[in-house]
Amino acid sequence: MSNTQNLESSSQRKNYLDQLESEAIYIMREVAGQFERPALLFSGGKDSITLVRLAQKAFAPGKIPFPLVHIDTGHNFPEAIQYRDWLANEVGAKLIVRQVEDTIKAKGLKEQTGKNATRNWLQTYTLLDTIEEFEFDACIGGARRDEEKARAKERIFSFRDEFGQWDPKRQRPELWNLFNGKISKGENVRAFPISNWTELDVWSYIEREKIPLPTIYFSHQREMILRDGNLLANADFIYKDEADVIVTKTVRFRTVGDMTCTAAVESEADTIEKVVNEIKATRISERGETRIDDQQTEAAMEDRKKGGYF
Amino acid sequence: MDILRFITAGSVDDGKSTLIGRLLYDTKSILADQMEAVERASKTRGDGEIDLALLTDGLRSEREQGITIDVAYKYFQTPNRKFISIDAPGHIQYTRNMVTGASNADLAIILIDARQGVVEQTRRHSLIASLLGIPHIVVAVNKMDLVGYSEDVFLQIAQEYQKLASKLNIKDLKIIPVSALAGDNIVDKSEAMPWYTGETMLHYLENVDVLNDLNLTDARFSVQYVLRPQTEELHDYRGYAGRIQSGVFRKGDPITVLPSEQTSKIAKIEIYGAEVEEASAPQSVTLLLETDVDISRGDLISGNGNQPVLSQDVEATICWMDDRKELKVGNKYTLQHGTTRVRCSIKGIEYRIDINNYEQLEDVESLKLNDVAKVVIRTAKPLAYDSYQNNRANGAAILIDETSNVTVGACMVEA
Repeated sequence: MSNTQNLESSSQRKNYLDQLESEAIYIMREVAGQFERPALLFSGGKDSITLVRLAQKAFAPGKIPFPLVHIDTGHNFPEAIQYRDWLANEVGAKLIVRQVEDTIKAKGLKEQTGKNATRNWLQTYTLLDTIEEFEFDACIGGARRDEEKARAKERIFSFRDEFGQWDPKRQRPELWNLFNGKISKGENVRAFPISNWTELDVWSYIEREKIPLPTIYFSHQREMILRDGNLLANADFIYKDEADVIVTKTVRFRTVGDMTCTAAVESEADTIEKVVNEIKATRISERGETRIDDQQTEAAMEDRKKGGYF
Repeated sequence: MDILRFITAGSVDDGKSTLIGRLLYDTKSILADQMEAVERASKTRGDGEIDLALLTDGLRSEREQGITIDVAYKYFQTPNRKFISIDAPGHIQYTRNMVTGASNADLAIILIDARQGVVEQTRRHSLIASLLGIPHIVVAVNKMDLVGYSEDVFLQIAQEYQKLASKLNIKDLKIIPVSALAGDNIVDKSEAMPWYTGETMLHYLENVDVLNDLNLTDARFSVQYVLRPQTEELHDYRGYAGRIQSGVFRKGDPITVLPSEQTSKIAKIEIYGAEVEEASAPQSVTLLLETDVDISRGDLISGNGNQPVLSQDVEATICWMDDRKELKVGNKYTLQHGTTRVRCSIKGIEYRIDINNYEQLEDVESLKLNDVAKVVIRTAKPLAYDSYQNNRANGAAILIDETSNVTVGACMVEA
């Protein structure tokens, strides 16, 4: 056998985006191969949009062999919901939507009220009910380790008990690329194919792959609530008081979560190239700049994950 | 630009987290709000000084106790390279988490406290790094500021370490005197140690060649998933999805499917639906074969040339990871190798390795948490494996407890 390498395949080994893509696709295929009823948790955000592209590639020329599941808090950006429906149709995937509102009514859950009220915690109930309803044994999520310090600790195959709980002190050893997805009935695994991607990697990949995004990721004019230095999109369901100032700003969103807890950045970046350049230059982290829910306590994410959150 | 994955290991308080914190800080990878959070937390703990370790200790109980319990991954980049840093715990009871981190590393940084010299954890972590076949080892003799930046102290530790290393299988060794806290020889050359003329830590990390560490000789491919779209236009399509573990596959290459030993030829290689002439490790691809062969998940497709061993008998070095149950001769487990799972039974423990002097202890009845030993395993079906030292991807296996489903052993196979 000759040792001369074709330039094409050796340059691919050197390209970090190709390496990350190859790893993510390997993880997707492990999920499909090891589990009977996997699902892809889809939020309408750029990370889960990236997951859908990776899933398409992993199973091409076939269709994605699992449904997209969206846990809808009822507080999503309308643009994200529109995009979700378009994308599911475009890639020919089955879309399952479950409403947090329905769980609140059916179970008589108490919602937070007042300023900064969010349904972030309540999503977990709907998620766990949905997992039970469809007997999902694996849920693929778009979490990245660079996002947050509790996520930096989580395995790629993250074992969850029958209550969906993560136990950070007793994680399974995870060796090489040998993912252990063995579970008993009722338990499940959360799988994170883009664990090793950074925010910039995701944006660079979206740019390279020319993946269309919801319009809110690009600069646009919008009516905003100015609160404690954060800019929140104005909506009827957001509680406001006299301290809140309504302003019209030119903004884009760096992450897309609930309207109640996602802050915008002022920006003129109206193309993917411009957004990537802004991300390269930023001195503030993604969650620090845009996630009001994580600014509340130092262990906010760890606590949510222990409770069954993504 | 490529990616380097490295692990930092060493004993408690040797300054692993501080070293990562320093690399992040000096490469300007810490963003303003993250730095503020660390400053806030440092103040709460009343340390006065900014504690860079708080950047990686992400769990509440880690911050409370000031120790690292589980592996933390951090990401930074320079114009030359992207880095995935894996911060491993130093405490003995968390050694299995260190093994988790080490299994995917291209390089290990082993920290030694210049005041302590080589200690038990240095020996243990060096042994694990060598068994796991990490190609490059960098010993950071840390806290040089606390020994007056003494060249003698450094030389003595370096000599002691080289003696230790000579008993291990270490391909590439580098020893650098540093102070992670003060930043000496991490990113910038230390002015306090003019006697050291070698590279700084970051310079080495940026330039070490890891592409040559891949095995590109032995073509191996584990089938993960069979793609059969069964649509009208793709009625007869049958593709085998997987990642090339090692070697290169080209269109037209003759192949053997293992363990069934059927043969065929590669008709097509597709990457995400587009055809390519050849592909190599570690690419995820889809292979299509010229003839109809019976292949399913767990099968290994091997190229021409060196063939893997095909056998039900496996000898392996094992790191035992279960804190609840011991490994005993006669015990049965599920063995996962590549994409295949088989039942197996432990036939014997040949010896256990004393982690202090690397001597082989015989007449061992059972293995406890963090023990390292050579075992003999019998599998229910033949396994197609290579030697771990030549082929990390096809020589690695894990043992899974059949009742708890927990991963309990890391196996490095010999062939």
